[in-house]
Order: sequence, then C-alpha cells, then structure tokens
Amino acid sequence: MNSQYELIEHQHDVVVIGAGGSGLRATLGLVEAGLDTACITKVFPTRSHTVAAQGGISAALGNMGDDDWRWHMYDTVKGSDWLGDQDAIAYMCKEAAPAVLELERYGIPFSRTSDGKIYQRAFGGMTTHFGEGIAQRTCAAADRTGHAMLHTLYQQSIKNKAEFFIEFFALELIMDQGRCRGVIALEMATGHIHVFKAQKVILATGGHGRAYFSCTAAHTCTGDGSGMALRAGLPLQDMEFVQFHPTGIYGVGCLITEGVRGEGGFLTNSDGDRFMERYAPNAKDLASRDVVSRSMTMEILEGRGIGDKKDHINLNLQHLRSEVIEERLPGIAESARIFADVDVTKDPIPVIPTVHYNMGGVPTNIHTEVITKNAAGQMEIVDGLMAVGEAASVSVHGANRLGSNSLLDLVVFGRKAAQQCAETIVKGKNTEPLPQEQIDMALAKLDSIRYASGSIPTAEIRNEMQQIMQQHASVFRTEGLLKEGVEKLSTCLNSFGDVSVTDRGLVWNTDLIETLELENLLGQAIITMNCGLVRQESRGAHARDDYPDRDDENWLVHSLGWLDSNNKTRVDSSPVHLDTNSDEVESIPLKTRVY
Amino acid sequence: MTEFTLPKNSKVTKGKVYETHTDTKNIRTFHVYRYDPSEDSNPRVDTYEISLDQCGPMVLDALIKIKADYDASLAFRRSCREGICGSCSHNINGVNTLACTQPIKDIKGDISIYPLPHMNVVKDLVVDLTDFYKGYASVEPWLKTNSEAPEGTERLQTKEDQEKIDKPSACILCACCSTACPSYWWNGDKYLGPAALLASYRWLQDSRDEAKEERLKELNDSSKLYKCHTIMNCSLACPKDLNPGQAIAEIKKMIATQDLND
Repeated sequence: MNSQYELIEHQHDVVVIGAGGSGLRATLGLVEAGLDTACITKVFPTRSHTVAAQGGISAALGNMGDDDWRWHMYDTVKGSDWLGDQDAIAYMCKEAAPAVLELERYGIPFSRTSDGKIYQRAFGGMTTHFGEGIAQRTCAAADRTGHAMLHTLYQQSIKNKAEFFIEFFALELIMDQGRCRGVIALEMATGHIHVFKAQKVILATGGHGRAYFSCTAAHTCTGDGSGMALRAGLPLQDMEFVQFHPTGIYGVGCLITEGVRGEGGFLTNSDGDRFMERYAPNAKDLASRDVVSRSMTMEILEGRGIGDKKDHINLNLQHLRSEVIEERLPGIAESARIFADVDVTKDPIPVIPTVHYNMGGVPTNIHTEVITKNAAGQMEIVDGLMAVGEAASVSVHGANRLGSNSLLDLVVFGRKAAQQCAETIVKGKNTEPLPQEQIDMALAKLDSIRYASGSIPTAEIRNEMQQIMQQHASVFRTEGLLKEGVEKLSTCLNSFGDVSVTDRGLVWNTDLIETLELENLLGQAIITMNCGLVRQESRGAHARDDYPDRDDENWLVHSLGWLDSNNKTRVDSSPVHLDTNSDEVESIPLKTRVY
Repeated sequence: MTEFTLPKNSKVTKGKVYETHTDTKNIRTFHVYRYDPSEDSNPRVDTYEISLDQCGPMVLDALIKIKADYDASLAFRRSCREGICGSCSHNINGVNTLACTQPIKDIKGDISIYPLPHMNVVKDLVVDLTDFYKGYASVEPWLKTNSEAPEGTERLQTKEDQEKIDKPSACILCACCSTACPSYWWNGDKYLGPAALLASYRWLQDSRDEAKEERLKELNDSSKLYKCHTIMNCSLACPKDLNPGQAIAEIKKMIATQDLND
C-alpha cells in the first residue's frame, strides 16, 4: 500500500456520489428511511450544476388549464424520438405531480398564479390532448427554478441531518467480482484518502458538457461517475445524443431559458424573419430543442445568420411587457446585460445552439439499478451500483430531452433510488472486507497522475478534446466528420499518457483534480464520437446528413459503448422498452415526428 | 492611535512576475495572492501580465488563463461561470464579488485578486467556509409548519406573499456579504452575519412558515443579531443585488414590534 496517503475508512449502508438535484433527493430519502448514508460531493451542495437550471420542472398539475400525465407522457415519448423507454417515461410522468407537490411542501419558493397556486409556463414540445394544443405544464420559480430546488433540497438535507463529505473527489469505484462495494475519494482540503464501504453506491454525478468547447455546463460538469463506470468495465448508453440548447448566449455559452420563448419570446434571422414558422408550423418557437437547434443552424448555413460573421441568431423579447420580464425572467435580463451587454427591453439577445445536456449516461433499469450486457448478450443488473439524474440513462429522455423534464427526472428517480435501497438493504449490515488490491491500484493510479511528468499540460489536452468534439460531433454530423473525429480523438486520448501535472501538493491540488476530470471527460468523449459514427440514422439530437431519416427497422435500439484499458472502444446495443408496463396508459405507437 | 502589525508569518511578500510575450498593447497586469500551506514560506503576491486579446471578458477568465498558461498550481473555486453557483467569490481590487460576473473592462489599471477577507486561507484563493456554512445552518433555514399540508394539492400563497420571499430566496451563499462585514470579521463566532440573517429573514417572510415566534426568539440576542451596526457593506457587496442590510433591519423591527404587541 502507498504510505504517503493517510487512509481513512468508512462504512455506510449507502454512499451517494454527487449532491445536485438527484443526489440530494436520494440522500434525503435514504436518511428519512433510516439508512446510514454518506453523500460525497466535489463541490458544496448548492454549487452543483442543478443550481443553474432556469425554466422549471414539468408536471401535469393542471393549474393553468386542463392537463393529464398521459399527455405529458406522449410529449416525452415523441420528444425522445421514441428512443425513451416507455415504462420509465410513464412512471416519471405519473409521479410528476406528487413529486412537485412534495417540493412545495419542502418550501420551494415557486412563482404563483393569481389564485395562489404554483405558476406553470409553456415549454418546448409540451402539448395537450396528444399534440393538439399548447400545454402550460412547467412549474417555475421565476427563471431560477433549479436554484430554488437545489437550495430547498439542501435545506431539507440539513434538517434531516444528512451526512455530507464536501469537497471530496471520487477517484474510483471499488469493484469486487462484478459487484460494486464502495468508492475511494480524495479529500481536497487535506489530500487524505477516504475509503467508503457500502452496500449500495449511487452515482449522481451529472453530465459531461465540458467535453465540448462551447457549452452551458459548469466547469465542474465532467461526468466523473460515468468516467469511473467506464474504468470499471461498464458501458455507457446512448452517448451520441448530446442536446444543443437553442439559446446559449453567443460567444460565452451562458444559458438563456426556453422559458423566454414560453413567455412569448421568438427567434429571428438576419431578414428579421420568424423562421421557426417554416420549420415547425404548429409549435413554432416552442418545438423541441433538437428541432429548433437544427433550424437555427440551417438558417446560419444558408447565410441568414446575424452579425458580421452571420453566425448567430436573435432572440427577441423586447415586445414582452416589463412586468413579465421583472416577475418571471429577471435572471435572464441580468445575464443578457452582464454577458451580452444587451438591455432585453430594447434589443434582442444574440444566441446560438450550445451543448447543454447529455441524454446518455450509465444505463439503469426503472429501479435506478445499473445494468450491463453480459457475455450471453443479456442485460443484467450490476449489484451494488445505482445511477440517477443526468449521469444515468434510465432512459426517460431517449434521443432528445424536453425542457423541464430534467429537474423532474432528478427528483422522481432520486426518490426512487432511495425507495429501492430501503426495500433491498439490510440496515447496518457489516459486509466482508474490501479487496485490498483494488485500493492499491487506485492509489497507484492517483500517484501516476499526481506525479505525471509528461510534456503536455492538462489545459492543452482539454482544449484539444473540446475543439475536436465541437467540430466533429456537432448539430449536424456525417460519416466523414465522425470518422475523422474518432481518429483525432484517439490521438488526443493517447496523448493523455504524456500529460504534465506540475502541482505535486496534497492540499487543494486543482491541477491534479482537473487532470482527473480530464481523464473522465476523454473516456466519455470517445464513446460519444464512436456511438455517433456507428448509428447510421437521424434520431432526435443525432442528425446525420448522410442518413437523414429515422430508421426504426435497424436503429430502434439503445447504443452501448465500452472503453477498455487500452483505450479501445466497443459498441453494442440493447432493446428499447416500448411497453409501458402500466394498466393506465398504452404504448405510444411509432410515427413520424412533426411539430 | 493603536497600530496593528500582522504576525511575521502572515506578512505578504512580493512573489514571482510572469511577463507576457505577445506583441500587443492590450495587456493587463493581475496581482494574485498565493499561499501554499505545505511550503514553509509566507504568502506572496504573484504578478501576471495577460494579453486581453486572448482572454475572455471576465476576471474569472483571467484566473483560468493564468492557470492554463502560467501556473497550473493556482487554486481557486469556480463552477457555473454565470453568477448562480456562488463559488468564485473573491476580493477583487478591494471589493468582494464574483470573478465570473466582474468584467475586466470595468476595472481601471492593475487588478488585484485576493481571497475573501478575514477568512482562514486553505490555499491561494481558497478559504475555509466551514463556519460560514454552520452559521447558515444554525438559523434552521427550512419550512417549519405545525398544520398538515393539504392532501393532493399545494399550500396556497398569494402572488404578493410570494414576492416577499422572491428576492431573499435568491441568495447564492457566495459569502461576499458576510466577509465584507467588519462585525462579522471581529465576531464571526457569535454574530450570524448578513448571509445567515438574510436566510432567516427569507423564512420569517414566508407566509407558509409557522415558526415566526420561535425564529425571532432565537435571533433576539445581543450577538447573533444585534452585532449588526448597519455598516451596510453587505448590501454594497452583494453581487446579486440583494439587500441583506435591509433584511436585518426588518428582523430588528419585527422583534421590536412583536415586543410591543406582547
């Protein structure tokens, strides 16, 4: 064993990795169920990226007019371009109203209607009567719903005396004959190593938006749980489906919520033309995100972009009443002023499709248990490991997530994970000792990175990866682009062997942390590119110029991507669940997706 | 007049100077506080020349550039880069604010970046916020009710009542306010400080909360609340344009008028 590090051992029933919306909701449920729970997180909980969600959380409460969770389900299946698992989607949409009401009981400061109910706004792809009308389904706390939700969940966690390990960076999962037994983490303030033994480990580590150069994601969105899962020999699912949010601020990438369009804002090109009317005659600016992002990109490619370089689009909200902006979009007005120098009451905001969300992630079943494909070609549960939130692919978002379904995903499946643990775990059970060689290997690897004395700084490899992803796995993709992307990215991935880390310290060594994060990003990036190359169709966010149509005959499957220790990828597939597994709602039959 | 001198090992020394080698006149000089507890040396201030032509518009962009191009060992917290997570609060040219929403062009001359004032420094720009978080938790910032929540529906709240908590609940816990407050500097162990008091005020103002008396009783303390001497640095510092100073005054008023009503 490496003697340089002080090893501190812990035993818990459950360890949750990550303290964003899903991690906190899981932690809260676990503590309420009386399970001994540790939540470890690399940032203080309220700094997790859930905090940046703006528009809201969907639930068919019907506060603004008729609504039904089955309509919500229809929209979500259609939004997913039928790649979402319909059993999981039915579960999420049915549980949405109780989940949101629960948040309200926790004290979340939702905006209100004139009769005192939770205010709900229109959002892309959300309809009534199976696509007929426009639904107002997205429950909002002004334009900082994620902030309201994350702070409220953290407050409930301290009320319930949840145990947090804050600014701890998870290094590796401890796997023992195919079973997850715990996790090793680095305490950033001291450099101590903590070994957590647990009956279940829940990955709630979010997405990996920072694999791209321009994204709405925080610097910390590096998908560390998915990176660890890959190194543990597990596959990631549907990674080619990367959502480009239509309205990131041009040049800086900061998010401008879809709620702007939900409140009546609209997009225009250099002719001042409201072009979405041509691409989505019914839903217009409120078509789903993949459709709007593609339409914007088409406008730019055809020379109708804004600005000297004709490379962006205008988002107009000058016509909205000032009360609407003050009451419901104050944060947007602030962001536009700070980051684009725009007064939204006078001028449009320059926007561009920007990487925003990963539909793919660690594959799980509806109980949030991680699954993999075994040697016999069957899907099987990975004992001891669960995943929730953006880190997971359960899959409720399929090929394209609808706006305001992510916050819902977090609380519904965070809660589900806690319930599943409560049902399956024997409280306080003392399990056999952890395999020492796993711990030794993790420490040896940590040392190899901490003392890495190669020739390329972390920031340089990271920038290279981000540029490759930006150019080769963007809104529109082709065989040639993706092939070249795989080649370049493989070179980039291999160059990690020549990485240079200059800080050798143990206290707050962010050179080391950023390098570990880069390793996680690189694994996810190469899987994304490879799965994109393999999938020869256009579905949801994956748009192939050379295969412009959806191909249900060959590609109505989830893709699975593995990365071996020699940096070689392998891609396989698993079936999509078309069955709803419910007496209350029928499967939504396949049909062409038009907005 | 009394003169205070820093202990010897806290005196900040002049550090390294990193010059830029680009052919541009658009250069700005940044002075950044550096401290590594594992080195047996005093804190120092390193100087970095940065070409603004190759740097993003915010102070955070400059910090990231320094880390990428000059010295990867520089430690600072950052995450969302859009002013909502509250990670990158620093003392920038004497003012506590978020590096990610502070445009470089709004500052004239050299730019000095220090850790939040009067906090224990862990490394470089990273301070220990443990006590700050404890203060926040101590006001029990969660909804307290005795009545049962209605079955199958939300607790109602008028738009007017919601407005009262709308701004106070927008705090991002960046600690810019508390660490700008001289009372908090001297009495941080006893005085709750503006951020925790604003959190308390947010729940005192929530029409759904049923623990107002209990909360006020807990706050009615010569140190916890009344160490606020209305210096108002807090409200000046808040990067989210919130007004913790006013919230504290309102709490004092609530206690005063409550006593009258007893």
